Amino acid sequence: MSGTRPVVYTDAVAPLRERTREALADDELHGNLATAGASWAAGRARMGREHPFAQMRERGRAIRRDNIRHLPELLARLEERVTAAGGTVVRVSDGEAACRYITDLAAARGARTVAKSKSMATEEIKLNEALEEAGLRAVETDLGEWILQLAGQHPSHIIAPAVHLNREQIRELFAAESGEEVPDDREALVAHARRRLREVFAAADIGVSGVNLAVAETGTLCVVENEGNARLVTALPRIHVAVMGMERVVEDWDQAAHLLQLLPMAAIGDDAATYVNLITGPRAPDEADGPEELHLVLLDGGRAALRGTDLEEALDCIRCGACLYSCPMWRSVGGQAYGSPYSGPIGAVITPLLEGMRGERSSELPFLSSLCGSCHDACPVGIPLHDLLVRVRGRVATPTHRRDRRLFALWSRAWSSPALYGASRVGARIGLRLFGRRGWIGRLPGPAGRWTEQRDLPSRWPPRE
Amino acid sequence: MRTCLADVAAPSVWKAARTVLQRAGVEVVVPRGQTCCGQPGWSSGHPEEARRVARRALRAFAGDDPVVVPSGSCAAMVCHGYPELFAGTPDEDAAAAMAERTVELTQFIAREGLRTGAELSGTVTYHDSCHMLRILRERESPREVLGAVAGLELIEMEQTDVCCGFGGTFSVNFPEVSGRLGEEKARAASVTGAHELVACDLSCLLHIAGRARRTGVPLRARHIAEVLAG
Repeated sequence: MSGTRPVVYTDAVAPLRERTREALADDELHGNLATAGASWAAGRARMGREHPFAQMRERGRAIRRDNIRHLPELLARLEERVTAAGGTVVRVSDGEAACRYITDLAAARGARTVAKSKSMATEEIKLNEALEEAGLRAVETDLGEWILQLAGQHPSHIIAPAVHLNREQIRELFAAESGEEVPDDREALVAHARRRLREVFAAADIGVSGVNLAVAETGTLCVVENEGNARLVTALPRIHVAVMGMERVVEDWDQAAHLLQLLPMAAIGDDAATYVNLITGPRAPDEADGPEELHLVLLDGGRAALRGTDLEEALDCIRCGACLYSCPMWRSVGGQAYGSPYSGPIGAVITPLLEGMRGERSSELPFLSSLCGSCHDACPVGIPLHDLLVRVRGRVATPTHRRDRRLFALWSRAWSSPALYGASRVGARIGLRLFGRRGWIGRLPGPAGRWTEQRDLPSRWPPRE
Repeated sequence: MRTCLADVAAPSVWKAARTVLQRAGVEVVVPRGQTCCGQPGWSSGHPEEARRVARRALRAFAGDDPVVVPSGSCAAMVCHGYPELFAGTPDEDAAAAMAERTVELTQFIAREGLRTGAELSGTVTYHDSCHMLRILRERESPREVLGAVAGLELIEMEQTDVCCGFGGTFSVNFPEVSGRLGEEKARAASVTGAHELVACDLSCLLHIAGRARRTGVPLRARHIAEVLAG
């Protein structure tokens, strides 16, 4: 499996458990997540009432399974059509190659400012850092992501990236960035952001976007958004660079139309996104606007190696974010704690897959799940995320996991023997009686102490009051 | 199937399940050679180690009889996990056959139309355990058997389908996140005013009841088999 470059953010240094602890202590975050989660759930419930969501989900799953099965053919066709429309397609094996292509392009065209619209793939490849190293000014233009950029944070939420910040925090960030007085008023804050970002759109030489879906049939890139900034990013600067995970291709418009409807239903509980930009090639001679050049960067980054394995379904993901909002773990700690652009259940699956199973991170992220299966129910393309999490856990190849395996080997040897099992059962019963004379145990010794850190253990059942 | 957790922490649960079935006229055999279904190893990412334990279950429960499990999670491990765990091994067919025959306790009672004759004058609230609900896809059978208990009133709690945060080794790998979810669940159950919390999974109940006691939430808890056994 390729992908030796870390996908997780380099500043996420503390162990994951510690980061979850910090997140849990943040009451503000907790409130914001609860509000956002409730609003997502209400929207989603409404979609279920107003649309045959279950059938739409089945079809979504069939489409994506089919796409991944035919990925090489679809990519060849996409490349051919985009090129025929006047675009340039480049396939890159990893994030480093992707960043190099973009910085080289910027150098060759004498570019100085890059305007970006929301894209998880560019976070995955750490494009902003690469652009800055190359002396370029990169500005996020999605409101939430711009706020994060000003705060020096990384996006970890597929939707609503700044869900963990409140209005006062945002006002302070805006004031610091502009050196102006910014009133503490929702409308005024948005107006301020619009004005500052308009200046960026006007100045940018290159616009960088992600791609929600690419349609092989016509070579069209679909960029879905709610703010109109992606439209400006992909149309105003003289060069548009679209960075796309290689799995995000569909065969034809029939499939694309279905997924473009499912995506906002799952993501925001609405049956249409505010803007769907359909981009086929750069500006044609008879067109009034659009960029002079269009570059499509097709990123592998460990994806191709997943095809044909029992983890292949991870490639079906259309990055709607529904599994995040459905996940009780994610709703408790938020995406920032994960330390990866991809958080929540899908992030816990693909982060280690994309960066390799040997990094210590892979001992952490896939285990931040109770395997409750809410993510599978929420997924608009029916990815069995709880099963994938178990499979990913089975592949972790870190020293920590090997140590854990040695313990489980002891467990396995003992509990595959009825005699040893019986002995351990009697031992445990005696232990419970010894430690819990009053019906409850408040503290256990050794590794079992992890249980009693947070809970008492009833020494008899049903428990005493 | 007794389940390892009941063996260790609450033998009254599997004994209650046996009582309920016997009272309804079912001949119950509790195989002596059984240990654990293997789920702890499987869900922790140690399939080889899990297989060894699960193979013991395949041997212990060989035959044609239905395997009744007083746990949605262990039943889901057998029904959903075993086919994958044993795929491509010599035990593949035996695993598929056991998966076919295995059923959670309330599913069995509902499916067979068994009369438990249980009575209870009081109120309960029911927690939908995750694997019961989202792997076995069973929401109705526990409600059906509770509905048949004379004098029992079921008060549904808010967000009964949300995970309690137990999650096997997750509960000790991320105890704080697990604890937060457990507390939310305990509070949701407590505010219903129901006399006790019931569920089809002892694991959830140990976690929720333990967390309730630690955080001072007044809550009684019993396994559904114990309610049915009276």
